[in-house]
Amino acid sequence: MSKVESHTGAQLIWDSLVREGVDTVFGYPGGAILPTYDAMTEYPIRHVLVRHEQSAAHMADGYARASGRVGVVVATSGPGATNLVTGLATAMLDSTPLVAITGQVGSGLLGTDAFQEVDITGITLPVTKHNYLVTRAEDIVPALREAFAVARSGRPGPVLVDITKDAQQSRAVLDWEGAEPRRHLRHLPAPLDPAALAQALDLIREAKRPLILAGHGIQLSGARAEVLALAERADIPYALTLLGLGAVPATHPLSLGMMGMHGEAWVNRAIQEADLLLALGMRFDDRVTGKLKEYAPHAKKIHIDIDASELNKNVPVDVAIAADLGEVLRALLPQVPVADRSAWLGSIREWRGDSAVRDIKNLPDDGHLYAAHVMHDLWRLTKGEAVVVSDVGQHQMWEAQYYHHDGERSLITSGGAGTMGFALPAAIGAKIARPEAEVWVVAGDGGFQMTFAELMTAVQEGVKVNIAVINNGYLGMVRQWQALFYEGRYAATPILSPDFVKLADAFGIPGQRVESRAEVAAAVERARAAETTALIEFKVEQEDSVYPMVPAGAALHDMIRRPSPSVLAETGADPV
Amino acid sequence: MSHVLVVYTDDEPGVLTRVASLFRRRSFNIHSLTVGPTERPDVSRMTVVVDTDEATARRAVEHLRKLVNVLEVQQLGVGQSNVLRDLALIRVKAGPTKRSEVLQLVEVFRANVVDIAEDTLVIECTGSLAKIEALVDTLRPFGIIELGRTGAVAMARGTPTALKASVTPLRTGTNAGSMSV
Repeated sequence: MSKVESHTGAQLIWDSLVREGVDTVFGYPGGAILPTYDAMTEYPIRHVLVRHEQSAAHMADGYARASGRVGVVVATSGPGATNLVTGLATAMLDSTPLVAITGQVGSGLLGTDAFQEVDITGITLPVTKHNYLVTRAEDIVPALREAFAVARSGRPGPVLVDITKDAQQSRAVLDWEGAEPRRHLRHLPAPLDPAALAQALDLIREAKRPLILAGHGIQLSGARAEVLALAERADIPYALTLLGLGAVPATHPLSLGMMGMHGEAWVNRAIQEADLLLALGMRFDDRVTGKLKEYAPHAKKIHIDIDASELNKNVPVDVAIAADLGEVLRALLPQVPVADRSAWLGSIREWRGDSAVRDIKNLPDDGHLYAAHVMHDLWRLTKGEAVVVSDVGQHQMWEAQYYHHDGERSLITSGGAGTMGFALPAAIGAKIARPEAEVWVVAGDGGFQMTFAELMTAVQEGVKVNIAVINNGYLGMVRQWQALFYEGRYAATPILSPDFVKLADAFGIPGQRVESRAEVAAAVERARAAETTALIEFKVEQEDSVYPMVPAGAALHDMIRRPSPSVLAETGADPV
Repeated sequence: MSHVLVVYTDDEPGVLTRVASLFRRRSFNIHSLTVGPTERPDVSRMTVVVDTDEATARRAVEHLRKLVNVLEVQQLGVGQSNVLRDLALIRVKAGPTKRSEVLQLVEVFRANVVDIAEDTLVIECTGSLAKIEALVDTLRPFGIIELGRTGAVAMARGTPTALKASVTPLRTGTNAGSMSV
C-alpha cells in the first residue's frame, strides 16, 4: 500500500486559496481560527490585518470590485463572524464575489452556546449566495472549491464557509480534482432564445426614441465593448445607474450621465419620454425608477440580466432575456440596423442646456466651498483617471454627478446597501488589488468616523490612498431629508468631528484642511505627492443639498430642480 | 390564487431552512409545504403551495433556482393536469347517538376510521384539498376536537418526472442549519 500524504485542515484551507489564485486575504485572528493562522506563514499569501472585521469584508469587496477577482476575508467565530454581516450584505446587494472563511467552535461543542459560538451560517443565510458549515477536514477542499465557483458564477456574490476548529486541526488527504464543483452549474442560463432576440431586434428597429440603461452588469459581464458598439451603431444614448458609472465612458458623446433620484433632470426626462428602454445589466432599483406606476410610460422595455429573478420584478417588460449580457449583445449586434437619431439626441441636448445654467460648477467662486466644486476639481486634477471609492450620502451623489468616470472599475461605492464606513476600507482593498492605480477615498464626516481606525491598517500595510473628507458638520443626506420632508427638524444630524489634521498626525500621515476653493488644487497635489496615505479635510458649505432630486416615491419627472443661480449667488446657502 | 411548485433538492441538513427562509424573506405566502424522500436517496422533494399571482409565482421559481441546493423546480397547474393529495387526521366527537351518522359520512367520503374511543373517532382521509375541506365542513357540526393535515403532495399526470437523470447531486455533508429535511 502506497503512503498518501495527508494535511491538516488548516493547510488544506491555504492550499485551496493558493490554487484558486488568491494572493491576499483580509482578516483578524482569534481562538477558533487560530490553527488556520498558525499554518498561514507556510503559504505565499499576504494577510492584511484589519482593525475591525467589517472593514475586512469591505476591503475584500474593494479588492474584488477593483480587480474582478474573488475577495477573501478571514475571521474567527462569534463576534468576529457577526462583524462580517454588514460587509456580506453590502457585497450581496452589489453582486461582489467574496469568500468569507470563519472559524467555528469544535464540532463537539456546536449547539452548546460555547465561548464565541454563534450560528453564523444561520445568521448569514439571507446575505450570502450560499454558505457552508464544515465539520470535517476532508470536506474543506470541496466546500472551498464550490464556494469560489458559486461566488464567481452567474450573478456574483458572497459565500461564507464556517469551519470548526477540529476540522482545521484534523488531517485529510488533498484530492483537488476529486473535489471539482458541479452544483453551481445547475441553473446557469439556458441557451439564447432566438424568438426573444428577434423580438428585441424588432423593438430596436421600430424605436424612434430609444435609450440604454447601463448598469453594473456590463462590468460584471465584461460587455463594455459590446454596449458601446450597440450604442454607436444604432445611435442610442445611454444613461447610467450609480454602479454602472464607468462601465461605459462618461465623456462619450452618447453618454447622458446618471439616472434616478439624483440623476440630472435631462436624463430622467429622456427616460420618461423614451419609446424604448434597453435595460442592460441593471435591476430597476427604486432609487432609479421613482414611482413605478409613472415610470417610462411611453416606453417598450427590453431587459437583459443574468439573474432571471430580476426580470419583471419591479418593472414589467416586453422582452425579458435572462443571460450573460455580452453573449446576448454579440448575438444581436450584427443584425442591429445602423441608425441616425439626431432628432431624439437634439431634444435631449436642449433639455440639457436648461440644466447647465443651474449647475453649481458653472457659477463663479463666491467665497464658499461647495462639495460639488471639490468633486469637479478632483476630477480635473486627476484627469478623471483615479479610482474613486465613495462612502454613502451627499458626497457620494456629488461624486457621481461631478467626477466623470470613463474607466472601467473606476468608481467603487456601496450602492444597494448604502453602507456608511465602506469607503476607506474598500479603498485600501482596491489599492492592494491595483497598486498602480491612484486611489481616492471620498467620504463624509459621518461615514469616515465609522471606520477611520483603518487608517492604521493602511499605515501598517504601507498602502497609499488619498482621502478627501467632505466635512459639513452634518449627517448631510439625512439633514437634507429632514429639511425637505420633516420641516427642518434636525434630529440627531449635527455631528462633531475630531480635528482631522491632528488625527492624521496621530496616525503618522499628512493631513491638510481646506476651507476655500482657491486652496483645493494645491492640497490635492500635496496629497498625491505624499508617499503615504494622505488626508484632506474639506470644510464645505454646511447646509448645501444635492440637486436635482426625485423625492422618494415621486415620479421621475417630478424633480426638485437646482435652485436658480441668483439665489445661490446671493446667499451661498441652500434655499430650503 | 394557489400555485403548486415541486422542488427537488439535495437531501442535506439545512435545505428546508434555505427554502423556508427564501419564502419568508421575499414575502411569498406559503399555504403548505411538504418534504419527503424520493426515488433517489440523495434527493428530497418538496411540494410548495403558494397563494399569489402568476408573476410572483414565476419569480418564486426563479429565486428557488438560485439556491445551490435546488436541483429542479417544476410549476404545476399551468396547462397540464396534476394529481394533488392531502392527508388529514380528524378527531371528531361521536358519542353513541351520533356514531352511526358519522360512520356513514366517513363511508361517503371514502375515508377511514383509524381510532375509536368512548366518545370520539379519529378519521383518516386522503384526497384533493377540496375533498378534505368538504369533509371537515361536514364533520364540523359534530364537533372537531383535533385536526391535523400534511399539506399537499403533488405530481403532474402523464409526464415523466422533472428530475433529469443528468442532474447530479454532490456529496458534501457540509451544509448548515439546525433543521433537518
